[in-house]
Amino acid sequence: MKRPWLSRPENVRLLWRGFIAVLALVVALQVAVPVHGFFRAEAWFGFSALFGFLACVGMVLFARLLGVFLKRRDDYYEDGRGDV
Amino acid sequence: MFELVFPPAFIMILGALLIAMARPALRPVLALATPLLTLYAVWQVPDGIQLTMEFLGRELQLVEGGPLRRLFATVFAVMAFGGALFGLRQARWQEMAAAMAYAAGAIGVCFAGDLIVMFLFWEFMALFSTVVVWCGGTEGARRAGIRYAIVHLVGGIVLKIGIEGLMIHTGSVEIRALELGGFDVWMVFIGILVNAAAPPIGAWLADAYPESSPTGGVFLSAFTTKTAVLALILLFPGTELLVWIGMWMVFHGIVYALLENDMRRILSYSIINQVGFMLVGVGIGTEMALNGAAAHAFTHILYKALLFMSAGAVLYQTGRRKCSDLGGLYQSMPLTTVCGIVGALSISAFPLTSGFVSKSLTVAGAAGGHLAVVYFLLVAASAGVFLHAGIKYPWFVFFQKDSGLRPADPPLNMRLAMGLFAVLCILIGIFPGALYALLPYPVDYVPYTADHVLSQLQLLLFAGLAFFLMLPLMQRTLTITLDFDWLWRVLLARVAAAALAAARAAAASGARLRVAAGAWMESRLAALFAAGGVFSRSWAIGTTALWLALLLSIYVLIHYL
Repeated sequence: MKRPWLSRPENVRLLWRGFIAVLALVVALQVAVPVHGFFRAEAWFGFSALFGFLACVGMVLFARLLGVFLKRRDDYYEDGRGDV
Repeated sequence: MFELVFPPAFIMILGALLIAMARPALRPVLALATPLLTLYAVWQVPDGIQLTMEFLGRELQLVEGGPLRRLFATVFAVMAFGGALFGLRQARWQEMAAAMAYAAGAIGVCFAGDLIVMFLFWEFMALFSTVVVWCGGTEGARRAGIRYAIVHLVGGIVLKIGIEGLMIHTGSVEIRALELGGFDVWMVFIGILVNAAAPPIGAWLADAYPESSPTGGVFLSAFTTKTAVLALILLFPGTELLVWIGMWMVFHGIVYALLENDMRRILSYSIINQVGFMLVGVGIGTEMALNGAAAHAFTHILYKALLFMSAGAVLYQTGRRKCSDLGGLYQSMPLTTVCGIVGALSISAFPLTSGFVSKSLTVAGAAGGHLAVVYFLLVAASAGVFLHAGIKYPWFVFFQKDSGLRPADPPLNMRLAMGLFAVLCILIGIFPGALYALLPYPVDYVPYTADHVLSQLQLLLFAGLAFFLMLPLMQRTLTITLDFDWLWRVLLARVAAAALAAARAAAASGARLRVAAGAWMESRLAALFAAGGVFSRSWAIGTTALWLALLLSIYVLIHYL
């Protein structure tokens, strides 16, 4: 059976290239469209891009850290620990 | 125009009753007609108090109109129509009737003119939403429904204590902005926050909603939390504490959704996250922020229902709910995939979707109040929404690895419901004017400026980059993450079990004590009554008279002292 279009490696590579091109474009466009925003920092070049990226990295890492303490097997509540 | 306003909620209650009693062939017609008639009635309610009735010697304000109330009631009616269409052929009639009654409760709260009426419909919602949870039909749903009912009944009692306190101490049960302070007001505040799914108690949401049926999840996602948002806008606008409670919810939702494996638990945590945004808006309390909270509630109901529909369609077609069992469904469920993506983009506030025009209002409200910290936290959270709901949900359900499952798109009525809501999400995104016109305060805000669109695209697309770069850190595992519900599902259960054991031990030793005490008493009694004991001796009359005289003189003495 033919592999679906999306999961063929050459297409995945193509999608990544397209994605990176779009990323570069939305940052580069800031030259043409001055961003004012509400606070001064937002006018910096590529601020939203960097802020969004770092915020997400931070949240994922925090979630991982929390997971270390709070993750349990998903039958945790079913094996009689709770639900008296 | 009608002279007499018929309460819209009563139309829906009547509809729910008819659905329950009608012949099976008539039920779908009734289920679709009821929300539409209700919607018509909602728009017939003029502003101001419209209908009062006597109850226990008090005048109750059964129906009060107003732009904010109309906004929420409108989206609740639209939502009930979409949910009914989605479950038209699949949901059991008990579930459909209960869901309609649940929606009726929500609409009743919308038009409640005083706190007593609000409370009555509030409890009505609690009752029938519990039935909807139970209609999940599994043992898990039964247990989750019981926990759900306990949380909501306790929340209801807290609210009732507050309302009764206000009634006694101020003599007024008017719905008006309250100042946080004093026992009564705090009770009202906490009672409402229970329904808003504010942590720590808010863990009920992610506990109960994922156990419901495919249709049940769609209904549940809409009403309870959003009526709480409405109540907060009416009663506690500008309460600063709400900003921080909301902010906690925003990030609590994101972090837990990131860790979650069950697709509808991801969506449930994202409800907590979105309601957090609304609470922040209410807490800021400026006209713009309140508009933002109301608009966000409106659009959120539509796109969250759409997301729950797409997840419900997957559940209905595959019977699976864990991301680790799903994937690759885009090949055989193209329509569901597209609708899921539209919902995901809307919740992420992508330009040209409904979330963009509503969330921007709240965030701009924060900026307008010069709250820099709040503003940047909200912007970071917007990126986080794209991360956990915008990409994670569609990626793990419809793409990622090929699970080998090839389910078809769901039946026609489900496809129509999804299509309808997807179109609404996009239409509101393209033509925000219609929504803005419904908001309680005049809107002086243009969401589509080049720089705002650009910075939003930067924010979201780089959040997407972060997701795909960190994909190895996000691989799904067969795990859950303990939330605050652990406190009552395990800790409380353990404490209760320990207390029970202690009580049993005490009872056992008590029994031993009783036996010993019994034996001792028996021997004493025997001694007292035995031959020669005090009670079997014979006493001389003179001695008795002497004792009586003594007792009487003591009595007289005490009397005159």
